[in-house]
Amino acid sequence: MKSCSQARTLYQKMVDSHTVQILDEHNVLLYVDLHLMNEYTSPQAFAGLDAADRAVAVPGAHVAVVDHIIPTHPVRPRVIQDPASALQAINLRRNCERHGITLYDTNDERQGIEHIIAPELGMIRPGMVVLCGDSHTTTYGALGALGFGVGTSEIEHILATQTLVYRVASEMRIRVNGQLPLGALAKDLILHIIGSIGAQGARGYAVEFCGAAIDALSVEARMTLCNMAVEAGARAALIAPDKKTIEYVLARASDIDDDIRDRAVSAWASLFSDENASVDKEFLFDASEVEPQVTWGTSPDQTVGVTHLTPALESISSPMQREAARRAFQYMGLAPGTSLLGLPVHRVFIGSCTNARIEDLRVVAGMVQGRRVADGVRAMVVPGSGSVRLQAEQEGIADILVAAGFEWRQPGCSMCLAMNDDVLEPQERCASTTNRNFEGRQGRAGRTHLMSPAMAAAAAIAGKIIDVRTFTI
Amino acid sequence: MQAMSYIEGVAAPLPIPNLDTDQIMPKQFLKGINKEGLAQGVLYDLRFDDKGVSRPDCVLNQTAYKGAGILVGAENFGCGSSREHAVWGLMQMGIKAVIAPSFGEIFYSNAINNRLLVARVSERDADRITAVIRSNPGIAVALDIEALVIAVAEEKLPFQLAPRHRDAFLGGLDMIETTLRETNKIKAFASAWAAQNPWLDNVGGKVALSANPRKAISQP
Repeated sequence: MKSCSQARTLYQKMVDSHTVQILDEHNVLLYVDLHLMNEYTSPQAFAGLDAADRAVAVPGAHVAVVDHIIPTHPVRPRVIQDPASALQAINLRRNCERHGITLYDTNDERQGIEHIIAPELGMIRPGMVVLCGDSHTTTYGALGALGFGVGTSEIEHILATQTLVYRVASEMRIRVNGQLPLGALAKDLILHIIGSIGAQGARGYAVEFCGAAIDALSVEARMTLCNMAVEAGARAALIAPDKKTIEYVLARASDIDDDIRDRAVSAWASLFSDENASVDKEFLFDASEVEPQVTWGTSPDQTVGVTHLTPALESISSPMQREAARRAFQYMGLAPGTSLLGLPVHRVFIGSCTNARIEDLRVVAGMVQGRRVADGVRAMVVPGSGSVRLQAEQEGIADILVAAGFEWRQPGCSMCLAMNDDVLEPQERCASTTNRNFEGRQGRAGRTHLMSPAMAAAAAIAGKIIDVRTFTI
Repeated sequence: MQAMSYIEGVAAPLPIPNLDTDQIMPKQFLKGINKEGLAQGVLYDLRFDDKGVSRPDCVLNQTAYKGAGILVGAENFGCGSSREHAVWGLMQMGIKAVIAPSFGEIFYSNAINNRLLVARVSERDADRITAVIRSNPGIAVALDIEALVIAVAEEKLPFQLAPRHRDAFLGGLDMIETTLRETNKIKAFASAWAAQNPWLDNVGGKVALSANPRKAISQP
């Protein structure tokens, strides 16, 4: 660890400021400002706490929500039919009540995907350490907060101590110059980056994104970017807060009142990497080269620009990677060296903590207005939260989607990981705005193609994968 | 946690890069509120076909590797989802160590916290061990946690484990208990931190109590 007098990166500032104690050369006891929980990774942590007769150290620093297992049928009140899933929700309620923890329960109108509701309800602030038993906690880097996923043992540790025994990460800077071309969104940028550096290209690193293309992104688009940094193996993602970030936070964090606003804003002004701060690894990208992306395989780095061919097996030098690619092609029912353009899809899924915010839904509505989902395609929109759903209804987005033949669902994680009843059938091919195309993730033998909301909307209307830049049907 | 310094067992090869935790423990096995019953779910789609019948092509179903206590994986083993169920399931199935060139970061921490040994080796050595256990199915592999050495056939190969994690295996410490000994220090930190950054304090409680005006969404 570097001393405080040296030039420091944003990440170092975040870690230093939250270090309760230096444990050894590589590990610190890190203070946790906010901890989010869901119904499926927290039960065993609470059980462990109870078994050891320990209390929750700081109940007000935790928040819980039912999101992973909840069905998304468009009915109210929402009922969880599956007995095991219902028990997880009941158990979460019981744990939260007993320990005085705020819960956004099944029928709370603010319920939604944890990584969508926490920013939109104003819980995430720059300079904060936010942890959650979910790998996509990297999302909060978009707001200048240090967020990352933890396991259940660590959840128990956080509940009991409000700290985490934390291995300090190596540091990477990803600078993205230039401007994203028309048709390319933040999702395309992050898939392009993951495709270039690989599914473990950032493994072990806290990644700071910077550069003109990042500055130009909206706060919500930055969330998409940071959300998927974990698919390159990153332990955290960070973007230095700017005017947009501060506006976004102050518009939502209603407890930051006149008394402390100026102090907060001036503290946030120090959250940037010092000019001479060094990192362990650096990558440079040019946003103008980013094409709309489609994944062809079963790892998020198996992606190509939509006009490109899938790779030829001979072009993959490592025998093990070649074997992995061969296996991925077989699973996906595709051939090496072919085009994905025109590939028919059975399902379209627009949702997840990656792409279910209001800006995503606006993109989709803008494209499908006055059009119809292709015959034989089942297209679902699962908004990220009750607030997003309501806003989309107020803006007329819901009507447009329904008129176009999309199912307009209740919020949750849904078919991103298919823990509820939104599941692909074997061999069904899905254009999906989610974050993982892993084998079986959306359903056994299901075939997931990750892409942007614009590309998924185009696929829904065309009934096949098309280039959104030629979308004129 | 029990102290542990030596692991020996049959090692099974799983040379699949980026073997994610969705595959190691599929979603249908994540619906419990305790840690039980997860052995069945481990690598389910690899081990069983869509009718639930054992797939003979999966090494874990082959007689020679039956009861394997060690897996030899490829790079980025356990990437993806944070689900600790993957580690619990592997351990319930009898796996005591995974040898691989690299591991998904959250999986790695989860493994350490449960005393599932995650032994990092060079890619060359991973390939070497895989080759040996493939050509001698059922051969025993031993990991000496004190010496950080893997013994396979006549060979001795080094593996990496951070000193802190090695001590965790050798000492069997309860991490929460250890941290709780610093409670006074944590409390002092927390109150100074809250005074300095009141906007970061007790946010879960404050947001719940606030009106939560529906200005949550960005304007078009």
